[in-house]
Amino acid sequence: MGRRARLKQGVPKTLDEFKKEQKRAKRKSREAEYDSDSPPPVSKKPKPAGTKAQTKERGRENSETKKSAKGKGKALDDDDEWGGFDKEDGDLDALTKFQFEEDDQGDIGDGDIPADDDFLGDDDELIDRGPKKMLEFSDESGSDDNEGDDASASASDYDSDAPVTAKTMERQSRALEKKVAREAELDQEDVAAGNQQGDDMEDIAFFDLPTAEEREKEQETGAQPPEELLRRIHDCSKVLSDFKRLANKDRSRSEYVQQLLSDMENYYGYNAFLTEKLFNLFPVAEAIEFFEANEVPRPVTIRTNTLRTRRRDLAQALINRGVNLEPLGKWTNVGLQVFESSVPIGATPEYLAGHYMLQAASSFLPVMALNPQPEERILDMASAPGGKTTYISALMRNTGVVFANDANKARTKSLHANVHRLGCKNVVVCSYDGREFPKVIGGFDRVLLDAPCSGTGVISKDPSVKLTKSEKDFLLLGQLQRQLILCAIDSINPKSDKGAYVVYSTCSVTVDENESVVEYALKKRSNVELVPTGLEFGVEGFTKYQEKKFHKDMKLTRRYYPHVHNMDGFFVAKLKVHPPSPKKKDEEEPEENAAPEEPLFAWNNEEDEAIMKEEQRKQLLRKKGIKLRPKTTSPHKQPNPVAVA
Amino acid sequence: MRPLTEDESKAVFTKLANYIGKNLVHLIDRPDDPHCFRVHRDRVFYVSEKIMKLSISVSRDHLVSVGTCLGKFSKTAKFKLHITALDILAQYAKYKVWVKPNGEMPFLYGNHIAKAHLGRITEDTPEHQGVVVYSMSDVPLGFGVTARSTIDTRKLDPTGIIVFHQADVGEYLRDEDTLI
Repeated sequence: MGRRARLKQGVPKTLDEFKKEQKRAKRKSREAEYDSDSPPPVSKKPKPAGTKAQTKERGRENSETKKSAKGKGKALDDDDEWGGFDKEDGDLDALTKFQFEEDDQGDIGDGDIPADDDFLGDDDELIDRGPKKMLEFSDESGSDDNEGDDASASASDYDSDAPVTAKTMERQSRALEKKVAREAELDQEDVAAGNQQGDDMEDIAFFDLPTAEEREKEQETGAQPPEELLRRIHDCSKVLSDFKRLANKDRSRSEYVQQLLSDMENYYGYNAFLTEKLFNLFPVAEAIEFFEANEVPRPVTIRTNTLRTRRRDLAQALINRGVNLEPLGKWTNVGLQVFESSVPIGATPEYLAGHYMLQAASSFLPVMALNPQPEERILDMASAPGGKTTYISALMRNTGVVFANDANKARTKSLHANVHRLGCKNVVVCSYDGREFPKVIGGFDRVLLDAPCSGTGVISKDPSVKLTKSEKDFLLLGQLQRQLILCAIDSINPKSDKGAYVVYSTCSVTVDENESVVEYALKKRSNVELVPTGLEFGVEGFTKYQEKKFHKDMKLTRRYYPHVHNMDGFFVAKLKVHPPSPKKKDEEEPEENAAPEEPLFAWNNEEDEAIMKEEQRKQLLRKKGIKLRPKTTSPHKQPNPVAVA
Repeated sequence: MRPLTEDESKAVFTKLANYIGKNLVHLIDRPDDPHCFRVHRDRVFYVSEKIMKLSISVSRDHLVSVGTCLGKFSKTAKFKLHITALDILAQYAKYKVWVKPNGEMPFLYGNHIAKAHLGRITEDTPEHQGVVVYSMSDVPLGFGVTARSTIDTRKLDPTGIIVFHQADVGEYLRDEDTLI
């Protein structure tokens, strides 16, 4: 504010405001007096007797322990209160000019002088006002008698009508502290009681957890209203989070889960298969957050084209056009987040001149993981509409070569347009089925495979995923992804000194499109290993999920969630391809293993020799043409003058 | 993908020379990174030789584009420059026209440039000369053909057309399907 504005007094208060202020001041002063002295005037609003009694009882139980602890602490507060008193005194002095206040407000600061008989007075007066007192403090007066000396002393101090003198000030201040402590105590207990009551109430409400039949009936008659569904979803999730304490005793956990799944299915509009699949990825509360996040769109983000402009200049130019934007985050130096824009962000002259590209934040990640360097040969197997390809080209500064492939010929049009708009000169656009690489051309330094997926991470962009994806889709996609990743690995030149990396990414959060596919690749290609992605944030990939167990390096992969990172659900894995190892090693090993093995049956070489000699003799005779008579049972040779060996 | 024939080369180079004149040599003869022109399905591509050699392995049916697409040949073998060639033209343009901020949007919608929108123009621009259109912040917006020479432009009234629209970057949105 300017100096003149500050120095101005401002508009004077209206009469009503003035009266209100006065009343407030009056009340404050009255309370202060009341605290230090004795029972409040009858005109004060009476609190319900019950609670007051309760508070008093509980307060007293702890007052003795609290007294010493809080006594010191509260001394300062007391001073403040006295201090505050004085301030109000000032106001009231000013107000005394007007004849609105009652007499009792006169001199509050001077405790010695009783300003009003109602407020101040002797103990006699206390007794006189017995009936009035009983309205409010009936229990108190009763319990007074029961208390011990200290407590009663404090109570009597509290209730005393004695004027505030130097002697009584200390006692009265201690009484005040105790009162405040008691009330704080009671507040906390109330809150705790309230909580317990709430949970207990839920327990009661869950008598009504519908059985399977009831659920079916409900579905036939038509779904519940959304508020009802949402309430049940939250109740179920709360019960499941603390099952031992909150669940109905004769209901199993699976029943609650079934109810929750059915409600989420109806409320969010998914099919049953997908609800369960996505639900099983997270703990209960997080699952609800995930589903909620899928209802809300992610922020619009753009990527500066470093071939044409700098982020600073682009931001300035767009701000001049009336776009409200901010840098996307510390992790990227080309990303900008658009909050609101008075011009269509996809049609500004800067956009048309190729200074930026509308691209989701999650799509930056696989290219950052790939980390392409200038003068490299890079393949992007599923590149339409070209956001990642143009980013790769920008990072390579238009050197080397990028093969931008997309199986869908119609989508190559937008790919071609974007490549030219952003000024990428080192791109070859082709339209093969990704599985035809490396037959077409191989020997790449890096390959990016942003595999076609179910799109469960981009439900906020495309809600049709909720209803159309079934088990069959996941099976078919899984098969396609496995084939593609093997082709990607085979397209790499493992001897490349520029790093033989494959980055596999999907815009999906399910395990059978992400970790399962990478695990398959690791099993099928023994010369491939997982390496760190180089992305500094993101949830680690699962090393085990339900009944599946994955390679321990799977935690090097990264997962991104809409409800955690505020970007589309995504998965990124970086693989390094090594030259295949020679096979000799494998052959030696089995031999070594076989040799020390115990033979199943023993060879007896001597017997064999005897038999073998016999057979040789017979063969010789047969050659000569001599007929051999069959041997008799006797092992000895029969006298056969002709058959002589 | 095949190299240009004699006639095709002539057509392309005359068209390009209209916009960049003698600088055409820089396009054809680049000692550090030799580029070449190739034709694929009636479209002319300007591409580095290294990349061209790699792209030979892509079969004819599956190849969509290589390097920079300059334009295409019509059925009657006339060559038409596309907006995708803007990068190259803007780099070597001889005659330039700058448009005022209020004239940017009409040009991007495909209209001709009127004198009222003219910001600057290079001196001694002859009539029917290919020019590259820039915004006041030196961002290339497209290209066109002058309707009048610079001297005549001065005599013209504000609504008179000075540059015929040939191509503008707005076509990336408007004609996305027909670009390729």
